[in-house]
Amino acid sequence: MMLRAMLGEAWLAMGANRLRSALTMLGMVIGVGAVVIMMAIGQGAQYAVQQTISTMGSNLFIVLSGSFTAAGVRSGSAGGPTLNVADAEAIAELDGVVNVAPTHQGRRQLVYGSQNWSANVIGTTPPYLEARAWTIASGAAFGDSDVRSATRVALIGKTTAQNLFGDENPVGKTMRIQQNPFIVIGVLGSKGQNLDGNDQDDTVIIPLTTAQRKVFGTPFLGSVRMIMVQADSAENMERVMDATTSLLRQRHRLREGVPDDFFMRNLSAAAESEAETTRTMSILLGAIASISLLVGGIGIMNIMLVSVTERTREIGIRMAIGARQRDILTQFLLEAIMISFAGCLLGLFLGLAIALGINAFTGMVIVISGTAALVAFAVAATVGIFFGWYPARKAARLDPIEALRYQ
Amino acid sequence: MTDPVIRVVGLGKSYETAAGLFPALKGVDLEIRPGEFIAIMGPSGSGKSTFMNLLGCLDTPSSGDYFLAGQNVAHMDKDALAILRNRTLGFVFQGFNLLPRMSLQDNVALPLVYSGVDKETRRAAAREMLDKVGLGKYADSLPNRISGGQQQRVAIARALVNKPQLILADEPTGNLDSHTSEEIMALFGELNREGITVVLVTHEPDIAAHAKRQVRFLDGHIVSDHLTEAVPE
Ligand SMILES: Nc1ncnc2c1ncn2[C@@H]1O[C@H](COP(=O)(O)OP(=O)(O)OP(=O)(O)O)[C@@H](O)[C@H]1O
Ligand SMILES: [Mg+2]
Repeated sequence: MMLRAMLGEAWLAMGANRLRSALTMLGMVIGVGAVVIMMAIGQGAQYAVQQTISTMGSNLFIVLSGSFTAAGVRSGSAGGPTLNVADAEAIAELDGVVNVAPTHQGRRQLVYGSQNWSANVIGTTPPYLEARAWTIASGAAFGDSDVRSATRVALIGKTTAQNLFGDENPVGKTMRIQQNPFIVIGVLGSKGQNLDGNDQDDTVIIPLTTAQRKVFGTPFLGSVRMIMVQADSAENMERVMDATTSLLRQRHRLREGVPDDFFMRNLSAAAESEAETTRTMSILLGAIASISLLVGGIGIMNIMLVSVTERTREIGIRMAIGARQRDILTQFLLEAIMISFAGCLLGLFLGLAIALGINAFTGMVIVISGTAALVAFAVAATVGIFFGWYPARKAARLDPIEALRYQ
Repeated sequence: MTDPVIRVVGLGKSYETAAGLFPALKGVDLEIRPGEFIAIMGPSGSGKSTFMNLLGCLDTPSSGDYFLAGQNVAHMDKDALAILRNRTLGFVFQGFNLLPRMSLQDNVALPLVYSGVDKETRRAAAREMLDKVGLGKYADSLPNRISGGQQQRVAIARALVNKPQLILADEPTGNLDSHTSEEIMALFGELNREGITVVLVTHEPDIAAHAKRQVRFLDGHIVSDHLTEAVPE
């Protein structure tokens, strides 16, 4: 039997029972729609995390100054600085260490003209920029000499620049941090949010020494709260962290059994596990959505079985005038595929529309990939064939005489 | 003499029933030559429909042989039988058996769809057959718009569309009034004059009188077989 004629007949059969065809299709629409939406959200989440990780810098860990026991009084975490610039310099000598940056940070009020704005102020050394993969959008970075002589220069993030300077070009302007004038020498390239959802562009970076003297007022000069370390590779992280621990224990003269007076946190590992979580979530979402696709397929099978029973006599008539088994099989299979395909197409559009809607209303990152659409489509066609097969075969195997006798 | 279009030898058919095998046809021998017009008669349950279904390749015999146009059909597979039903013979049912959702023209053209004929040829052939049975003007109507007699004409047109050698009809006038029955029989007579072999089942002697030869069944056997002129009425 000819495909064109069969397609026409399948169309006719669908039209003969519009409500039923539509409801059956709805199962597929929801299934495919769900898959498309879930994939868009899942991949979007993965993309967002990937994006943040790539702006964070790679193979990073931080050493935080911890509690130390002084006269029986334990200060809390980062209570009193136990780390100093010399520690940082010593860590820099370790094998596998690329960048080391002693860092001091805190929120401070900035003033420019009549504008004022509170931003995260980071006092650090030039390797910090490299470790965190900061780029300079305009102007220039500060150098080691600025750190040595504690110059009052600042690099500012995009958000800070917008809020403090508006449309003006901040480079060369003087702003105040805690009454101290700082010259803005550069604007940082944009990074967006970090993993915790904080805006990384709301940042001011100044030389460590200037920060200690003018902004944070450290009691002991040369002490720092945090040291950022970048290892040369992911494989070396563990080793570098161990080496850092023993080095610091030795430098701080901690005896066997005395707890560390510092903490370490592997930033890259945290990011990796975050990425892993979103990957798992994305797979899970897809799997849940696939179940609705399966349910849609079962709906098709159900309706096709009903249809075969209802049309037993028609099948008998067709056989009596010369339809072969494969003609009947093709006819019912085509009907199933047509329903599944139409449902799939509608589901695809509906899913895309909803995904775009989610993006527009919540700002959630979504990724619409052609592969996802293609996969959903292939799955739907497969579902149509798979679930249409059994009813179609049942129809094709009917005995012409029995079928003709059916009332 | 010409070769028979149908030759059955010791044809038997048993049905499986709850009470065991039921022999509905018990070794029937018959030859039908091209151009014959045969009426099959007999009481209810005598095996007429069973026999027709076998002749129509709708069912397979339990025993014996059936030669249709020289080929032994008894052992053919389902697809080969489907092709025979499609090309070699046309079957007309008591209940018309048109597909309700299709126009008359599409109904008539349907056998051609299964023989792989293109759309234009199908349309033309179906139209020609509808004209032949006098229903050309209803080509686009649905079956439920026309009378029973007209539906049976459409069914005959459908049986004819593939230019078969023979037409088989199981009680084609069984659902029709006597006037309409006469019209249908006149149509069969006309087809037969054109050279098509016609085999039909009927209960009515009036109807059977249209045929040239009458075969009588009783209890799964043929009990009489003679030309119509010789029927003592
Ligand atoms: N599918 C079947 N299963 C079991 N028995 C059957 C089946 N079909 C027919 N029979 C039996 O076979 C016998 C012959 O049936 P058949 O239909 O051939 O009779 P018929 O001569 O056509 O009768 P009628 O004039 O009533 O149409 C009957 O006794 C019937 O009950
Ligand atoms: Mg009968």
